[in-house]
Amino acid sequence: MTDRSNTVATIRDNALWMRRKAFTMVYNKQLGHPGGDFSSIDVLATLFFGVMRFDPANPRKADRDRFVMSKGHATGALYTGLCKAGFYPEELLETYMGPGSRLNGHPNRQYLPGVEANTGPLGHGLPIATGIAIAGQIDGASYRTFVLTGDGELQEGSNWEAAMTAGHRHLSHLTVIVDRNRLQQGQGTEETSRLDPLPEKWQAFGWDVFEVDGHNHESLLDVLGAAPGDKPRCVIANTVKGKGVSFMENQAKWHHGVPDAEQFAQAMEELV
Amino acid sequence: MAHAAPSPAGYKDCRNIWASTLEKLAEEDPRIVVVVNDSIGSSKLNAFASRFPERTVNVGIAEQLMVGVGAGLANGGKIPFVSAAACFLTGRALEQIKADVAYSGYNVKLVGQSPGIAYGELGATHHSIEDLAWLRPMQQIAIVVPADSWETEQALRWAATYDGPVFIRVSRMPVPDLDIPNRVFEPGKSELVREGSEATIIANGTTVHLAAAAADLLAQEGLSVRVVNMATVHPIDETALEAAARTGLILTVEEASIRGGLGGAVAEWTAENHPVRVERIGFDGFRSTGSVDYLFEQAGLSAEGIAARVRGAVGRK
Repeated sequence: MTDRSNTVATIRDNALWMRRKAFTMVYNKQLGHPGGDFSSIDVLATLFFGVMRFDPANPRKADRDRFVMSKGHATGALYTGLCKAGFYPEELLETYMGPGSRLNGHPNRQYLPGVEANTGPLGHGLPIATGIAIAGQIDGASYRTFVLTGDGELQEGSNWEAAMTAGHRHLSHLTVIVDRNRLQQGQGTEETSRLDPLPEKWQAFGWDVFEVDGHNHESLLDVLGAAPGDKPRCVIANTVKGKGVSFMENQAKWHHGVPDAEQFAQAMEELV
Repeated sequence: MAHAAPSPAGYKDCRNIWASTLEKLAEEDPRIVVVVNDSIGSSKLNAFASRFPERTVNVGIAEQLMVGVGAGLANGGKIPFVSAAACFLTGRALEQIKADVAYSGYNVKLVGQSPGIAYGELGATHHSIEDLAWLRPMQQIAIVVPADSWETEQALRWAATYDGPVFIRVSRMPVPDLDIPNRVFEPGKSELVREGSEATIIANGTTVHLAAAAADLLAQEGLSVRVVNMATVHPIDETALEAAARTGLILTVEEASIRGGLGGAVAEWTAENHPVRVERIGFDGFRSTGSVDYLFEQAGLSAEGIAARVRGAVGRK
């Protein structure tokens, strides 16, 4: 196999592992946000196993690429991804949301290597990532900053404050990925407070915009792995909430729904 | 404050020392950057911005972004001083201060310009009497309310070397430098401004010199009142609080809400550790428009006003 096909195979295998592991964590704890975990796992797997430069043994290395998880509730995706990337052993995942665990319901950088910001309240990740990118711009550094936001999360105005400044400053090493699953906690984003036309909004703020199938690892690898240009980059990843498990897909109730034994067994049969 | 009365000779706007100190710190340490919300002029940063344009990050009128960017800059190895009118910095961006700075543990310096009722005539939207109460529960944030230009400089110099979040108030209201020999700024340690045994006034910020003048008035009447400059509200100087409690009566004085700030901190500590009568002087709720002098008088924040409260409180001991 070529290097690229090796990479795509690794991303695919790890994404599957992340889905199975994350759903097991949610099932065991009967807590979590599996719908958003599953819509974002392919993006995280592509970043961690195909795009980003980092050293798990030196997680705060100055020139590392950064990943900021703005949708901090999708810890099933984040924790399994960082684990697979080598930041901590698999046994730690067993403690998910347990008393005193380092694996909070939302991530804490002081507990876990690889976490860049303590997110949870929405609309925080992009401003922080903007600050990281400004630091890199001041230093003329080559590292890149990636931030994943939910789509419903874009209803938070702080994102657009950041979009304006990042576009204004030509933060070329900043990439936002929008997990465009079109569902927020209660109902569809377009029924709640319309986001479309989303690409045009980002373009108007001075960003280069790309739309991809957020579950296609090759497409994700192409767009996320491309060298920085002159502007910040927005990747609208069209995704399916609950992707990979038939009864969860496109169901808002799986935002923070948890499986019973039968559902868990069925999901494990499908996630192969 | 276009209509403020002229200041007495020797009174200084602490923003000047803030700006010149930041320039010196930036000369000494290339990691230092400033983040502002279109507040270069009101933060007196024109000279800094001319000299260090690439280290002046003006995000526009966007306080949530401003604080988030501060956290991100810290992630990228910078030492950001996030400077904005205290009312907007702490009010508009409170959740960012909580999650991005305090809870995330980022080394961000929050500089609250023109706090308290410095924007007198502009009204309660622009007054920042709530800032201390909003920040004090976040124990990761050191809170310093300097009494004068000297202490403002010392606090800024300390903050630049301390690895952790700090909130510093920078007053625009001109104040005199306190006349205390051999001063040393130590975070978490108060200063003894006047010795006294029958009551203690615990003050900070722009009110310390008024508290000292009040104690001088009372001394002429034969009442011995201690005055403490409690610049650091968190962590608070417990040794000084214990000594104050032993005088049998404490009055707190601050250019802030009497709820939750210095007065709140002192009342909490004494209630739990050394119950004693505590009376709080400051602002009890939103204030009307008016000059700073008018609003201070209304709140009893004057030498005579504070002295009168002490006289009354002594009778209630």
